[in-house]
Amino acid sequence: MADAPILIDVKKCVGCGKCVKGCGFGALSMADAPGVNKLGKVAEVDPAACKACFACVPACPFKAISQVKAEVNGTENIESYKDIWVFAEQTDGRVAEVVLELLTKARELKAQRGDGCKVCAVILGSGLPPSVDSELASYGADKIYKVDAPELSEYEANVYVDALSQLVVKHKPEVILAGATAIGRAFFARVAVRVRTGLTADCTALKVENTLNKDTDVMQMLLHQTRPAFGGNIMATIMTPNHRPQMATVRPKVFKKSEVDSASAAKCETIAEALKLIAPMTKIVKREPFADGVDIAAAEILVAGGRGLKKAENFAQLQRLAELLGGEVAASRAAVDAGWTGIPRQVGQTGRTVAPRIYLCFGISGAIQHLEGIRGADTIIAVNNDPNAPIFGVADLGIVGDALEIIPALIKELEK
Amino acid sequence: MHVVVCVKQVPDTTNVRINPETNTLMREGVESIVNPFDEYALEQGLILKDRHGAKLTVVSMGPPQATAVLRESLARGADDAVLVSSRAFGGADTLATSYTIAQAIKKACGGKTPDLVLFGKQAIDGDTAQVGPGVSEFLGVPLVTYVRKIDVSVGGYGAKFSVESVMDDGVATIEGMLPAVMTVLKESDAPRYAPLSGAIRAAKADVMVLNEKDIGANPSEIGLKGSPTKVVTIFPPPIKGGGEKIVVSGADAAKAIVDFLEKKGLVKNG
Repeated sequence: MADAPILIDVKKCVGCGKCVKGCGFGALSMADAPGVNKLGKVAEVDPAACKACFACVPACPFKAISQVKAEVNGTENIESYKDIWVFAEQTDGRVAEVVLELLTKARELKAQRGDGCKVCAVILGSGLPPSVDSELASYGADKIYKVDAPELSEYEANVYVDALSQLVVKHKPEVILAGATAIGRAFFARVAVRVRTGLTADCTALKVENTLNKDTDVMQMLLHQTRPAFGGNIMATIMTPNHRPQMATVRPKVFKKSEVDSASAAKCETIAEALKLIAPMTKIVKREPFADGVDIAAAEILVAGGRGLKKAENFAQLQRLAELLGGEVAASRAAVDAGWTGIPRQVGQTGRTVAPRIYLCFGISGAIQHLEGIRGADTIIAVNNDPNAPIFGVADLGIVGDALEIIPALIKELEK
Repeated sequence: MHVVVCVKQVPDTTNVRINPETNTLMREGVESIVNPFDEYALEQGLILKDRHGAKLTVVSMGPPQATAVLRESLARGADDAVLVSSRAFGGADTLATSYTIAQAIKKACGGKTPDLVLFGKQAIDGDTAQVGPGVSEFLGVPLVTYVRKIDVSVGGYGAKFSVESVMDDGVATIEGMLPAVMTVLKESDAPRYAPLSGAIRAAKADVMVLNEKDIGANPSEIGLKGSPTKVVTIFPPPIKGGGEKIVVSGADAAKAIVDFLEKKGLVKNG
């Protein structure tokens, strides 16, 4: 037999029978219970008849009837989880830019919580230079957890999972953010599974707000995580109400970084964590930087080309244009798929998110996946022969014309 | 050597939109396809079958119609196919999905961990790239992500592998021992077409269907109940308003661009 959706507290029930009248389905009756109260009766529910309307809950003047909440799956002692952590990804002792962006955002979330929680950076590595501490402090870390161990001399997903999971279990952070980089996305997902919590990838907006948890009817400070889905056609806001930590990744260049004053930075303390780590399960035997070593995400000026350029020779002209403007060449997915340039130059949902001052693009129609990747651009100039191309919906200057004619003309104009 | 490739049926996301009145997904008329990244994972599995005679099993979690992606994989050369399907799995997020798929893989491999489990880098509907790493945790085997080339020394379990993994700043060559879970990039070998003989065989092949009882799932770890993340709202992406749009050509267009840049103080001419 199914359990009833309501609970009757026999210690509070006086046997008055008001709930019986309050029930529209005849599911409640008064049963004899000598000695339990003065009237010697207590309410009883027939689970088969109860329709879970909960009209009886307010009908009882003695608050003896309550709604049975479905058992909530979740992390134990959820209140003991505090602090906002940022995973401080580093390679060869250099902290990734996205870490500074996330520390800046974490300060904002801390202010939204307003309960004195701390912003903590977690850094894993071997022989880490002291400069990382001051850099993390100057972007707002109140505390740094540092694991410096030979097993962490280079990124190995499985050891990273072990190290971060151990720290989570030990210190119980409420929120952990990581950059949605090749490293962050991979091992972070496994950490979330090991500690059995939720992870939201590629967030484009984050805020902390006092929110009603519908599973428990309790108001809680929860992290609202907004991200694109279905190729950027849809935005979704996601929460992890009953599990801790609340984990999220954010792509580089989505948030802006800003430093704190030196007095606040000076208060940052570093905790050296000695962990017993597993041995690495795989070994990096060779590391080769990309042939042209380009980082379009860091470029101030990008000159991009897409399908409309028709062939490799036309695309190649963008290089000269980029040189004249002091920028880098970027590409849409179509241009990369056509083999005109390499994947490191691809902009968009499946490529890089960029935030240049100028994004000058030719023959790119502006599929939503591409537009998602250039949201952070300050000024967009688009040249396309289709007046209805979606790129014109976001361009500050849109030129309806033939890119193949305009590129050489622009090179000529700039060479003057 | 036993290789498992996980494939997902996804909506062709270029056509998914939100109904602005109801704020719900409009899926009508949206075609279902094999997640494009998974086709590359399957190709890597097929190459291992060609080279080392590996047994190749494809696994998909989804509604009954997801059988289509399994038959397509069989047509290309997979040996057998498993569909993990039940209403009880509905509403699963990446944690519950990872658990469910890991349980199904163990069941499909007679309780053992296969030598290699391959996933596409990510699925184009959710774009999370989380289920491959999640399954590696539930199976308790090493994880290597963003792989574009896989070499395995013959010998199956305990065999050595060497793979190229694409990071943000370059390519790493990574070595280790099987078993392992890997996620595969599109920069790998192009997926092959199914031969006609394969299509005929696939149409007649049996697809094993497993539900929550078959895989011995803990009821509190599957579906909505096993999912820590909750989608609270969905909404259409904000659209930035466009600026000036002019129709010009050649030298005039070039002049307009330079003028605009100068006006914004972005470049100085001459």
